[in-house]
Amino acid sequence: MIERTQLESLLGSRLLDFSGSLNEVTIVLDSEGMIDSLIALRDFGFEQLIDLCGMDYLTYGDGRWEGRRFAAVYHLLSVKNNERLRVRIFARDDEFPILESSIGVWNSANWYEREAFDLYGIMFSGHPDLRRLLTDYGFIGNPFRKDFPLSGNVEMRYDEALGRVVYQPVSIPPREITPRIVREENYGEA
Amino acid sequence: MAEIRNYTLNFGPQHPAAHGVLRLVLELDGEVIERADPHIGLLHRATEKLAENKTFLQSVPYMDRLDYVSMMSNEHAYVMAIEKLLQIDVPVRAQYIRVMFDEITRILNHLLWLGAHALDIGAMTVFLYAFREREDLLDCYEAVSGARMHAAYYRPGGVYRDLPDAMPKYQASKWHNAEAVRSMNENRGGSLLDFIEDFTLRFPKYVDEYETLLTENRIWKMRTVGIGVVSPERALQLGFTGPMLRGSGIEWDLRRKQPYEVYDKLDFDIPVGVNGDCYDRYLVRVEEMRQSNRIIRQCIDWLRANPGPVITENHKVAPPSRASMKEKMEDLIHHFKLFTEGMHVPEGEAYAAVEHPKGEFGIYLVSDGANKPYRMKIRAPGFAHLSALDEMSRGHMIADVVAIIGTQDIVFGEVDR
Repeated sequence: MIERTQLESLLGSRLLDFSGSLNEVTIVLDSEGMIDSLIALRDFGFEQLIDLCGMDYLTYGDGRWEGRRFAAVYHLLSVKNNERLRVRIFARDDEFPILESSIGVWNSANWYEREAFDLYGIMFSGHPDLRRLLTDYGFIGNPFRKDFPLSGNVEMRYDEALGRVVYQPVSIPPREITPRIVREENYGEA
Repeated sequence: MAEIRNYTLNFGPQHPAAHGVLRLVLELDGEVIERADPHIGLLHRATEKLAENKTFLQSVPYMDRLDYVSMMSNEHAYVMAIEKLLQIDVPVRAQYIRVMFDEITRILNHLLWLGAHALDIGAMTVFLYAFREREDLLDCYEAVSGARMHAAYYRPGGVYRDLPDAMPKYQASKWHNAEAVRSMNENRGGSLLDFIEDFTLRFPKYVDEYETLLTENRIWKMRTVGIGVVSPERALQLGFTGPMLRGSGIEWDLRRKQPYEVYDKLDFDIPVGVNGDCYDRYLVRVEEMRQSNRIIRQCIDWLRANPGPVITENHKVAPPSRASMKEKMEDLIHHFKLFTEGMHVPEGEAYAAVEHPKGEFGIYLVSDGANKPYRMKIRAPGFAHLSALDEMSRGHMIADVVAIIGTQDIVFGEVDR
């Protein structure tokens, strides 16, 4: 596993947090100068970006979360050293989250950033082609945000009279079969 | 002189060579690809969002529906992520069963890939051959889980149940008389393990048949050699994993490099390509089928000799047996709590990856201590591969796009999620 001191000498003050649990190393980086940090990590040996995903911490632990709302999580892999690293970078602005595009560091970031933009509304500045990827053409909203309802806002049907497909507000009432529960510490133990 | 213009061609989403619902917008200069822009998401079901609204156990069947030609491998990554967060141990027998079914799944996947890929580039017979063998393997799925495809067999803490002692048999019907049924049931006399063993003995010969049809076939080589070449450096940059990475000459296999379950106790080789073209990736996958066959045989030997439990005894994670549930109050409560409220996974995050037939399939799970995941991200290998389609197909002819889609082994269940 990669050591804290190694990362500190590599990233300096841009390394905000380091934690190692379950045989995995997670670091939090400053969004300021993030591209320099990522290039440093790549040149250190993490030549592959395995995954990049958006995160929305709005309802984490039923409101226990105090940090920033949006983050991007990078999963890096070093084929050379057989090592993994998880990098989390929070966007400074909760209303309009912006991060820098890492497409120049790892080319595989292209679609991952488009996906995070599509589903979470995180902007990646410097991305050459930031279009929606998974949702429908003309879709409104960011469906994976925690304040987006599970059944969506609009539904689609074919209208006989108009002879075309129309959108209308969702008619399905939201329902939750198994409620979400966070139990207190040591629940159920004698 | 006539004016020559580029034009745009819409390929898919309803095209037999698009392997599902790929819409590809091609910019062509004559017949040469200038730019390929895949439009995906036509099969997007928001699996990740659905998983956030379900208990951990309820999401297992969703995993089958991601990459619907390698069902159990998807489940494997998911249950491994939960087990990692819970820090529970899986019985060794369950680990062997999982490895055996992972390899069966790999053969299933590669057979479908081989058949469909060959069909796309004009060889019809391979498809029929490949489906003949898939039938036997799907019967194994059915014998063990009751479903031919969407098994939901792997559970957090082990597998749902032990391997059956008897293989289901065909019965005489108006299409098959008793005589015909007898020969069909010949290898179904024993247990599931006997049936699989019989398959592993037959299978290498079948692979030879496919190779006879393709490997030295002039048309096959013309369609695949030198098509979609990816250099090792580019393959790493583009996030390739699995056979796509190994085809480019990088020896990287999670089963060997970051062994999970019992892969470190098994003997197998990792085939690696040289040129990084469609033909090398074909050779890699064919050899992988032979290696999977070897692994399955080792698992059968171990499983025959070592009976034991197949799911953890921790009843906060796995349900107690039906029998004990009817006698013990404690077990009844465990059962009730597990299936109404579900298990609570400790706060934290974990990433678990398996060597899926298509590449690295990973599940990134974030839990805040609730009975549902806070966030689940599916790292699908096909997603990264398809995003490189533009680069791989640029400068090729339009017919080569079909070969490149084929060689990437795209399945839309996992790309769109």
